[in-house]
Amino acid sequence: MEVEMTVNGRARTVVLEPRVTLLDALRERLGLTGTKKGCDRGECGACTVLVDGERVKSCLTLAVMRQGAEITTVEGLARGDELHPVQEAFIKHDAFQCGACTPGQIMSAVACIDEGHAGSEAEIREWMSGNLCRCAAYQNIVAAVADAAKEVRR
Amino acid sequence: MRAFGYTVARDPAGAVRTATNTPNATYVAGGTDLLNLMRDGAEAHDHLIDVNRLNLASITACSGTLRIGAAARMRQVAEHAGVREEFPVLSEALLASASPQVRNMASIGGNLLQRTRCGYFRDAGSACNKRVPGSGCPAITGQNRSHAVLGGSDHCIATHPSDLAVALTALEATVHLLGPGGERAVPIADFYLLPGSTPDQETAMRPGELITRVDVPRTDLAGRSRYLKLRDRATFEFAVVSVAAALRTRGGVVRDVRLAFGGVGTRPWRDTRAEAALRGRPLTPQAIQEAGRLLVADAKPYEGNAFKVELVQRALVSILGELGGLR
Repeated sequence: MEVEMTVNGRARTVVLEPRVTLLDALRERLGLTGTKKGCDRGECGACTVLVDGERVKSCLTLAVMRQGAEITTVEGLARGDELHPVQEAFIKHDAFQCGACTPGQIMSAVACIDEGHAGSEAEIREWMSGNLCRCAAYQNIVAAVADAAKEVRR
Repeated sequence: MRAFGYTVARDPAGAVRTATNTPNATYVAGGTDLLNLMRDGAEAHDHLIDVNRLNLASITACSGTLRIGAAARMRQVAEHAGVREEFPVLSEALLASASPQVRNMASIGGNLLQRTRCGYFRDAGSACNKRVPGSGCPAITGQNRSHAVLGGSDHCIATHPSDLAVALTALEATVHLLGPGGERAVPIADFYLLPGSTPDQETAMRPGELITRVDVPRTDLAGRSRYLKLRDRATFEFAVVSVAAALRTRGGVVRDVRLAFGGVGTRPWRDTRAEAALRGRPLTPQAIQEAGRLLVADAKPYEGNAFKVELVQRALVSILGELGGLR
């Protein structure tokens, strides 16, 4: 089947079987390997991307189900050399160790802030709970999200 | 996943026609449980019918009833001002479920139809009467911590994992279906079946039927409701035991009450005996404990889940205490 999506601002078309997840379509067909496959069953959040502005787990949806959608992956956050405030905050607060969960954390954080769910540390912890970090960088991730939320509010 | 066909339904009747005419087809809305079921081999389908463009996602307050479209997303319903105000238990149950990402994706109808978390069911290599009728139930003598102490049989003791279903059970919702035979409405109390000797039959739905919406009666009682979810992690985890309660008191006396429980029964568990024991009586810890004892009177504990018998009683004391201003 032919699937047309706008990915990071560019119109892309892929021809694939219905069983291909959005995650595999992004990584394997479009070469956008920034989005990670941590569990491939919706339990870790490493595959988090934005679909029409909302955060979703790309391993839990099929590419064919996203016909016509606007997808943003971690590769689409920066403007040239200018990093997104969330990316800046993650660096500033040392919010990653191995980096495997990080793209998913960043995409989730972008949406978390946009949703208005980053008003306190407790709120951030609850609303980022769909993203696991095996390195346990949580403390710094929360600090980064809180910092970026202030930046975005400015 | 095995390969399958995929079509996007354009209208509800068309979706039902396709389902009826296509062998081994199933509907897909959010797909957040379906995809894993197919990956794990717990389910296999030859065709998916996408039901996201059927205009079934609205939430409408009519006089006396809140109509929730089956394709409405969990997040949408949880955040709806009318739901938060008139049915707090519903909003709380939804926000306690899944993760923010999944709540953006998952539909109300799909949530009701999610399958059990029983490890044997979800493992294609295990015997399981629900997945393969007649193959046996390893949980009864095996790992059964997440299984039921109420409503089980020698064939199956699996619990239903949906928090939404428990809340809707307390609210006495009605599930609306469209099928080859037309439309019909099933009270949620009749929607989920006990396993008995046919645990593979989980709901009252007939082949080809599609959930179109869920109706919830707008009552004063519904506005005084809460959801208590007890689980091993602080968040992003299924319930070990949960309670949906609605309570109205006057002068410390229970005017009306609704109770539904998750994690303890083979389906969302309503107990009208426990409710009757509270109705018309002063709300005291003793009265609640008595109701709790009625709830578990017929409980059948297993090696891994016996603690639930005590835990659910304590959960009941906790939630009614809070709703009734005892704590």
